[in-house]
Amino acid sequence: MSSASEAYDEAVTEALPARQRMLSRVSQSFTPIILLIIVLIFFAFEGTKFLSLRNLNEIAIDSSQLVVLTVGTTFVIITAGIDLSIGSVLILSSVVAAKVMIALSGTPEQIAAFEFPNQHIGIPVGLAAGVVTGLICGVINGLLTTRLQMPSFIVTLGMLGIALGLGQLLSGGTSVPNVPPAVQVDVGLKELVAVDIAGQHLRITPPIVIAYGIALIAAIVLNRTRFGRYTYAIGSNAAASRRAGIDVDLHLVKVFGLSGLLAGVAGAMDLMRFGTASVGSHQADNLAAISASVIGGTSLFGGIGTIGGAVVGAFIPTVLRNGLVIASVPPFWQNVAIGAVLILAVYLDQRRRKAEERM
Amino acid sequence: MVSTVATRAPVLEARNINKHFGPVHALKDVNLSVRPGEVLALIGDNGAGKSTLINVLTGVLPFDSGEIIFDGQPVRFSSPQDAREHGIETVYQDLAVAPHLDAVANIFLGREHRTGGLPGALGFLDNDRMRKETDEQLARLRVRVPDIERRLVTLSGGQRQGVAVARAVMWASKVVIMDEPTAALGVAQTAMVLDLVTQVRDTGIPVIFISHNMPNVFQVADRIVVLRLGEVVAELDPKTASIEDAVGAMTGSMRFARGEANQGE
Ligand SMILES: Nc1ncnc2c1ncn2[C@@H]1O[C@H](COP(=O)(O)OP(=O)(O)OP(=O)(O)O)[C@@H](O)[C@H]1O
Ligand SMILES: [Mg+2]
Repeated sequence: MSSASEAYDEAVTEALPARQRMLSRVSQSFTPIILLIIVLIFFAFEGTKFLSLRNLNEIAIDSSQLVVLTVGTTFVIITAGIDLSIGSVLILSSVVAAKVMIALSGTPEQIAAFEFPNQHIGIPVGLAAGVVTGLICGVINGLLTTRLQMPSFIVTLGMLGIALGLGQLLSGGTSVPNVPPAVQVDVGLKELVAVDIAGQHLRITPPIVIAYGIALIAAIVLNRTRFGRYTYAIGSNAAASRRAGIDVDLHLVKVFGLSGLLAGVAGAMDLMRFGTASVGSHQADNLAAISASVIGGTSLFGGIGTIGGAVVGAFIPTVLRNGLVIASVPPFWQNVAIGAVLILAVYLDQRRRKAEERM
Repeated sequence: MVSTVATRAPVLEARNINKHFGPVHALKDVNLSVRPGEVLALIGDNGAGKSTLINVLTGVLPFDSGEIIFDGQPVRFSSPQDAREHGIETVYQDLAVAPHLDAVANIFLGREHRTGGLPGALGFLDNDRMRKETDEQLARLRVRVPDIERRLVTLSGGQRQGVAVARAVMWASKVVIMDEPTAALGVAQTAMVLDLVTQVRDTGIPVIFISHNMPNVFQVADRIVVLRLGEVVAELDPKTASIEDAVGAMTGSMRFARGEANQGE
């Protein structure tokens, strides 16, 4: 059999890779290249003000919540699903966390007097309650998607409304008052490591550790474990995965659960960073996370995506906002710029895939 | 060889299987059996019920009445996974591979090797071992894949098919079923698949081979069963029957005695 098939294989093997590998190597780095260009533009106009270590440190902190959300979203999108509910789940989680924290930190009279004798219990339990709230919402998303065989777009759109509404009901539609300030001062802003370099104060705070720790673990899980392998397999071909004996439904519940859990973590981070649960912001976080993930190379059709790319994608909005503020450009330009970057990144990505894939 | 095969007990047997899809009577009292060491070709026109029969045999679809006997025991596979655990491997017509994964990941999909110790318990994959075993098996089976770590989307249709067929052959211990494994293939890749079919047969594992390509069927089959409109209408011996006979049976222009030579031990 032999020579005919060898000749065939050789022809196929030889003809494609050189060009393909080059293409994919170049374009897998599109997102970092775009980020680099943005950074260089700001650098050119604002110089060291933008590229100072201190400012980069702030960017890392400002991106932390979006990084966490984007990690969860990336898992979901790789399975060819979508989770529109994460922004609302974040809000609900932070409201629940704040309420639990307040309830456990002292009697109503003490709280009203802004005293928190039991905050050493209230703060950790409250944060955990926020995370669990997110997990529950995510698991419900997963169960509804798989049991009712409904598109995740619809299920999570429903959850978006439900979680937001519940968060508003619980909070009375405003920011939750009387959150123990220690959650911000002693947790969120705590300087785990602080150094002064050339007169610049650099700090590593819990949000940094949480966000980039989660991203690192997620990257390892996606690349090296069976959980990651099944995530790609299901997004690539759910029917084939089922026939290969993978419990597809259970895996999807886990993936949506993970996305919800991470939204809960981001909700807890909101309290740490800002000392209050606000129902006003974060409603567009779902789209920000999806954009970040897709800009980072995740395919909405499933089967493709990396955590590294998604994290770089999550930096782009923060860097843009930060740079525009420094350059005193109206920050509304941020939305325009992110929209343009999204379209450009996905266009380049599609071209690469068409060149590479033969299906 | 065929004569000794005929005396062996069937590995897998369908008895009086009926299957409806709503008003469509897709399988009518179908009887079929395969014995160790034979290639059984299943042929029939589009919509004859070949894929349905395979899906019923391998637990993809439930059936309405009848019996499936595996290794002498009545069985009802609850899922394709169940059938696989019994040593029955299938190459499905709608190619069941994950195109964004590479050949190694596809071959081991659902049966991944994990590393030892705590990392293994956490789900860490032993990619080196899977890669090595894939290399060995593909070499043994003489299946050529340009690079087993390239995602299948970047391979040709034939190469992808090669991976799907190799996976089935590699894991099967009792029966291999191939539903049109050569449909999209060129000459060289078809030759490779037919070579695999005979290799498997020669190890004693029977193959159920579905194809519309009559020369291929006559080349590899030890026995040919013809389905028409959900019924077994003929059983042919490729050594004595002609392609015209087979086509006649498929289209209904020729009638045959409904020989079920394998009924009864
Ligand atoms: N899931 C289904 N729902 C309804 N009808 C079905 C389904 N699957 C198959 N059928 C019907 O059952 C009959 C047999 O189809 P089947 O796919 O088994 O044919 P086949 O012999 O494999 O044909 P082909 O050569 O085209 O692959 C056809 O009439 C088909 O329309
Ligand atoms: Mg068919």
